[in-house]
Amino acid sequence: MAEGFDVKRRGFFGAVAAGAAGAAAATLPGSAKAQTPPAKPSVAAPSAAQKAAESEPLPAMEATLIKRSGSDYMVDVLKSLKIDYVATMPGSTFRGLHESLVNYGGNKVPELLTCLHEEVAVGMGHGYAKVAHKPMASLIHGVVGMQHGSMAIYNAWADHVPMLVMIGNTLPSEERRPGAEWAHSAQDNAAMIRDFTKWDDAPVSLSHFAESTVRAMQISTAFPQAPVAITVDGSLAEAEIAGEEPAIPKLGRASPPMGDRGALQEAAKMLAAASFPVIVLDRSVRSEAGLANMVALAEALGAAVVDKGGRMNFPSRHPLNQSTRAGAVLRAADVVIGIDANDLFGTINSYKDRIHRVSEPLTKTGVKLISLGTFGTPLRANFQDFQRYQAVDLDIVGDGETSVPVLLEMVRSAVATSTAREDRVKKLGAAWQTEYDRLRQAATYAWDESPIGVSRLVMEIYGAVKHEDWALTAPGTFLSNWASKLWDITKSYQYLGEGGGYGVGYSSVASLGAALAHKDVPGGGRIPVAILGDGDFMCAPSILWTAAHHKIPMLIVMHNNRAYHQEIMHVQRMAARHARPLAGAQIGTAITSPNIDYAMLAKSMGVSAEGPIDDPAKLGPALQRAVALVKSGQPALIDAVCQPR
Amino acid sequence: MRKITFAAAAMLLASPAFAADAPGDAARGKQLFVDQGCYTCHGFVGQGGPGLRLAPDPLPAEAIAAYIRNPAGEMPPISAKLLPDQGVRDIQAYLASVKKPPKLADIPLLKAGE
Ligand code: HEC
Repeated sequence: MAEGFDVKRRGFFGAVAAGAAGAAAATLPGSAKAQTPPAKPSVAAPSAAQKAAESEPLPAMEATLIKRSGSDYMVDVLKSLKIDYVATMPGSTFRGLHESLVNYGGNKVPELLTCLHEEVAVGMGHGYAKVAHKPMASLIHGVVGMQHGSMAIYNAWADHVPMLVMIGNTLPSEERRPGAEWAHSAQDNAAMIRDFTKWDDAPVSLSHFAESTVRAMQISTAFPQAPVAITVDGSLAEAEIAGEEPAIPKLGRASPPMGDRGALQEAAKMLAAASFPVIVLDRSVRSEAGLANMVALAEALGAAVVDKGGRMNFPSRHPLNQSTRAGAVLRAADVVIGIDANDLFGTINSYKDRIHRVSEPLTKTGVKLISLGTFGTPLRANFQDFQRYQAVDLDIVGDGETSVPVLLEMVRSAVATSTAREDRVKKLGAAWQTEYDRLRQAATYAWDESPIGVSRLVMEIYGAVKHEDWALTAPGTFLSNWASKLWDITKSYQYLGEGGGYGVGYSSVASLGAALAHKDVPGGGRIPVAILGDGDFMCAPSILWTAAHHKIPMLIVMHNNRAYHQEIMHVQRMAARHARPLAGAQIGTAITSPNIDYAMLAKSMGVSAEGPIDDPAKLGPALQRAVALVKSGQPALIDAVCQPR
Repeated sequence: MRKITFAAAAMLLASPAFAADAPGDAARGKQLFVDQGCYTCHGFVGQGGPGLRLAPDPLPAEAIAAYIRNPAGEMPPISAKLLPDQGVRDIQAYLASVKKPPKLADIPLLKAGE
């Protein structure tokens, strides 16, 4: 159905479609035939008899049937955009489109994914796009579903990730059934998410729908990438199409913007002349080629690299990777270039959470700052995810991954081999080695403890997957970043970075979508690894059911510290400021009494699971068993009871 | 004895006399380490996390008291009202009782280059 799908259908095919629907209706539910998509109609012109039949008055029975509705056309639009998946929690505001996706579209390209909460339906798309590098769509119930899904849209917005959010609605008041349908309709459904979407529209005709949906995709995938929304009017979707159907505009291939050559040349000169250049990365790399270029740039310059971890930007064990020594290298820097790093201020300044906020530059006076990226200029004003303003000497607007190859060539011709540079590289390499050994030593503490130490947890997981084609799907901050410190991370898809808006629940929902994208990788065999905090997971435990239902293999390991641990520390801080007991910080933050049995929870949703495991010696074997299950094509969960961080 | 960090050493010099009292009680110290919330940032056995590693081989009680009552960094100040000298001594005794971790060389999962 995907390839060569004819998107220029006409009303006269209705007879063919109705015939197919009739055949399907006659079969038993669940039979293979009932799920077979309708046969692709022939493209022959209508015969005179057909034309005559269409103009004749309809018999009574026919009057209650629709030949082809707007929603069928909408499916054609989605097919033309080659959207692989539409994730949804069902809702009546888009029932027409739902039915068309399944029966008319044959539930393929796009395939409907069943989610049990809109946060999952939207958030899946976030993780999916970070692996597949293309958007998927979510189909969200008007008003109420939007409110459930909106945080996940915000996370994607702040993380500069493309996605198409389709919102159900019923615009004409006379079309709304009294009751729920009024409560689920809005004048302007996208209003509530407009501050964190790049573009939206509420089309009032099919032609308008086609044009705006194609445009929405174009805008979402242009840099800086971000979510977009299309409100799907239920009355437009459900109404029979009368007359000629509008053609569907083509989605052109857009090239990412490259920085201005003159400015890149200037940057190359500044970097080449630097005595201690530092490269700061955040959401900088998307592909293996991009990664190779980033490594080549650092090596050509002999620059220290500070990876803020918004994506997998630099090999973890490359000697120029000085991320855990950021303070030391930034203090030594005379030129710093941030590439797609939108919190340069927070990187080059220390900022202490004390009663009196203290912030000091880490860099020395006179340091030259260069910024290269597409998110230096905020697109919206209300939500403050753009971080603090940082003045720079040279601000180059351009996509990092696209501009770096050019910058690299310029650097190569500007940089001279010098003993100073070689000396610097040697020193950085030695510092890396010392740091690596220090971190390995640090990981030994609490190694045999129960609850399980976090370094032990993370390294046991590594032991279980390191000979596989593994890919981490969730952020590592709450795991003291042990994976980026000690795992050998060499491929761009092996770590997806932080969640953008820091909205709790991201790790779980994005991991599900990332796992789906990993499943689709040609050749297969990837082992998605989601190490999830209990607080994050309980925002969206139903990811397990969706993973089981759609057979999405993924290894889920609960970093179960039985608390919203970050918040305990915040409340403690407040108590300490008043010299009031810190013990009270457990109230409202601890997830104990009763303890949640995650293995039981997983099993109830059809996911194989083991736990709770609090004996570190038992963790490795359990993980091996779980990895075997994942390799057989299913999700598996291990509940590890852990130290806080 | 572990090397005293610069921050902790500076505080030690500036601190008022540390009340000489009963020796530390490790069992009580373990309870205090949890109740006073030290474990959240330093881990249940003081292995470190958002806060520094405190054990094994902890700082002397005087240095701990001096640091926590007037921390130089992001650690929230823990006043003597919340944790009197005796409590600090107990915590120090607990941290001193934490057994050493296995040797790095004996942990295959932490082998260099693995
Ligand atoms: C909210 C987090 C937090 C809590 C709670 C906390 N600490 Fe700390 N602690 C830190 C951090 C972070 C540091 C590192 C220095 C800094 O930033 O102040 C630190 C440093 C220390 C040091 C200095 C170590 C050295 O080698 O210089 C000591 C001693 C210490 N903490 C003891 C304690 C004790 C005892 C408690 C409980 C009464 C406690 N801390 C509670 C975060 C915390």
